[in-house]
Amino acid sequence: MGRKILFITTDQQRYDTLACNGGVLSRTPVADGLAAQGVRYNRCQPTSVVCMPSRSSMLTGQFPSRHGVWMNGVALAPDAPSVAAELHDAGYKTALIGKAHFEPFLDPFGLFIENQLASLQLPTIDDAWPNGRRGPHRGFDHLEFATHGAVGPLHYAKWLFATHPEMVGEYFAPLDGELNVSAVGGGDSGAPQVKLNSIPREWYHTDWVAERTIAWLKSLSSDDDWFCWMSFPDPHHPWDPPASEISRVPWRDVDLPENYPESAEQRESLLDQKARHWRAWYDGRVVSNYEAPAKWVPATLTANQVREVNALNAVEVELIDEAVGRVLSEVDALGWTNDLDVFFTTDHGELQGDFGLLFKGPYHVDALMRLPLIWRPAPVAQVTPAVVDAPVNLVSLASTFMSIAGLATPSWVEGTALPVSNDDARERHFEASITEWDSALFGVDVHVRTVVTSQYLYSEYQRGTMHDGTEGELYVLADDPLQRVNRFDDPALASARSELSERLRTHMTRENQCLELAPVVAPV
Amino acid sequence: MATVRFERRIAAPVNTVWSVFCDPASIVQWFPGVTGVTVDGSQRVITLRSGIQMPEEILTVDPLIHRFQYRVTSALYRMHLGTIDAIELGPVDTLCIYSTTAEPHVMALVIGGGTYGALKEIERLALELVDQGV
Repeated sequence: MGRKILFITTDQQRYDTLACNGGVLSRTPVADGLAAQGVRYNRCQPTSVVCMPSRSSMLTGQFPSRHGVWMNGVALAPDAPSVAAELHDAGYKTALIGKAHFEPFLDPFGLFIENQLASLQLPTIDDAWPNGRRGPHRGFDHLEFATHGAVGPLHYAKWLFATHPEMVGEYFAPLDGELNVSAVGGGDSGAPQVKLNSIPREWYHTDWVAERTIAWLKSLSSDDDWFCWMSFPDPHHPWDPPASEISRVPWRDVDLPENYPESAEQRESLLDQKARHWRAWYDGRVVSNYEAPAKWVPATLTANQVREVNALNAVEVELIDEAVGRVLSEVDALGWTNDLDVFFTTDHGELQGDFGLLFKGPYHVDALMRLPLIWRPAPVAQVTPAVVDAPVNLVSLASTFMSIAGLATPSWVEGTALPVSNDDARERHFEASITEWDSALFGVDVHVRTVVTSQYLYSEYQRGTMHDGTEGELYVLADDPLQRVNRFDDPALASARSELSERLRTHMTRENQCLELAPVVAPV
Repeated sequence: MATVRFERRIAAPVNTVWSVFCDPASIVQWFPGVTGVTVDGSQRVITLRSGIQMPEEILTVDPLIHRFQYRVTSALYRMHLGTIDAIELGPVDTLCIYSTTAEPHVMALVIGGGTYGALKEIERLALELVDQGV
C-alpha cells in the first residue's frame, strides 16, 4: 500500500481567511490543525487569478501559456496532460468531487464532456489521454460536479432539483437575464451577489461535496491507494450561505479590512498609482473581464457592504472547515490517516474590499494572488512541521502528488515538487513565482505578467487596448505589505526592476508554450 | 451589441465550401450540438443538445457572394445576426468567416462560441467533397 492523497480546494479564498494565516473572522480549527502538523506556505501563488486557467494548472502542472487555457471560457483540451491520469496509471483510484471547471459551464450546445457526464449521470467516460491511449476522462474514475448554487446540468443541481426542488430558487442567481455576472444586491446592505438563503445546511453544496466524498471513499477497498480532489465551490460569490449559520459572524461587528480605504479620496489616490485599468474599472468606465458584474460600479461599494460580504464569506469558510473535519474523521475511521497526505488550497483570491473593490480581474496584488496552502504529509513520511516563506506556486502541485506516489516527474510538468522547509526551498531555488493574465473580450484585452520574490511584487502590462506596453507595478513587500505604493518608476529600484523584468523574459521565452491561442468559446 | 467572429482557411473551391452550408436544413450536419432542424419557408427552428429550441429567420442565401445570414428570433435576444461568408482566395483556397452579432452582448459569445466548432466541421465536410471529386 502507498500513500493516499486528499486534495482539498476551495474557490476564490484569500490567504488571510484562515486563522493560522492571521485571519480573525473565521474559526478554522481543522485547517489550523493540518497546518500545525504539516507545512504551511506563507506565499503561495496561482498561475492565474481566475478559475479555469488556475484549475487547469493544478491538473496539468503547467502554466496557462503552456496548457492553453489562457482565460475563462477556453476549454482545456480533453487530452491535456493530467496528474490524475498519471496516478490512475500507477494504480490509484481517482475522483474529483465538486467544482472542476476545466471546461465552460455555459454550454447550450452540450459540447463539453463535464456537462455531458453530469447530464447523463455517468461517473466518467473513456477519452483520449496525452500519451495517445484512452482512459477515464482526464484520468478520473469518478466525477461528480457542483458549482455556485443549483444551476446547470451538474450533479448537485440535479440532486437538489430531484430531492428538494423548493430550495433551488433559494440560491442567488449568479447570472442575470442577459447572462452577465449579476449585479443584483441583497442582504442588509444591498451588497452585490448577497442573498439570504433559507436552504438547510445539510442540503447546501458544501455539505453535499463532503457527503459525496465520504460516499466515494466508503466505496473503496481498504488496501486501495487513492487520489481524491474534493473541490468546494465556496467561498466564491454569490455570498449566500445557509441563513441558519449567518449569526456565526454578525456583519455589523466586522472590522473593515486593513486595505479598505474608507474615504473615496484615499481610494482614488491609491488606484491612480496603479496601471490605468484599475481606476477605469472603479469608476465604471471599463469592465475588462467577464468575472466581475458588468453592471456594477465598484465606486458604489459601501463600507457596510464590505462588512457584510466579509462576514458571509467567513461563514462559508467555517462551513468548509467543518466539512473537511467530517471527511477527515471518516478517513480516520476507515483506517487511512497514517498513510494520508492532505492538501488544502484554493484557485485564487478575492478582492473583498481591498482598494474599494470586490470580485477579481487583472489586479495582481495579494488579495488575488496570495493563497492559503497547507500540506499535511502522511504521518508515515515523518516530515517535520514547518512554515515555508519562500514563494511557491500551485503549478507545483502535480509534481508533488506524483512524488508522493513515487512516480517520476513527466517532461510535460513545469512545476517542481513543493519544498517542505525553508532550507529545502533555498537548496532547490524557490526564489520567484509567476502569475499570468490574458483576457480578450468584447473589444477589451489585457495582458499581464507578474513575478513575486521574497522582496518584491512586480507586474508588467503588455500592449493591449488598455495599456501601451510601458506600464507596470512594483511593490516592495517588506515596506509596503498592502501594495499601496507603486514604485515602478522609482530610479532607486531600477536595478531590482531590471532583474525582475529579466525573470519575466525568461518565463515568457521558455520552450513549449502554446504558439496559437485556443478560442474563447463561452463566457465562463 | 457585440460581435464574435471566427474564420478558417479551407483548401477547397469556394463553391464546394458554399455547398456545405447553403441549405438551411444542413446545419444539423455541420454545427456541433445542433441535434434537430425544421425549415418552413424562411423560418427555421433548431434543437440544441441541451434540449433548447431556437427559432430563427433565414435572411440571406446568396450564391453569388456565398453569404448565408440568419437571425435568432427567440426573446432571449434583443438583436441577433449570424453571417457565414465564403470568400474565394484561389481556385482551391477559401476563407470562411462565421460572425455572430448580438444584443445582449454576452449572448454573442454564448451562441458564437459554438461557431468555432462549426467552421471546423464545414472544413471537414468540404475536404471530404474534394476527396470525392465533387
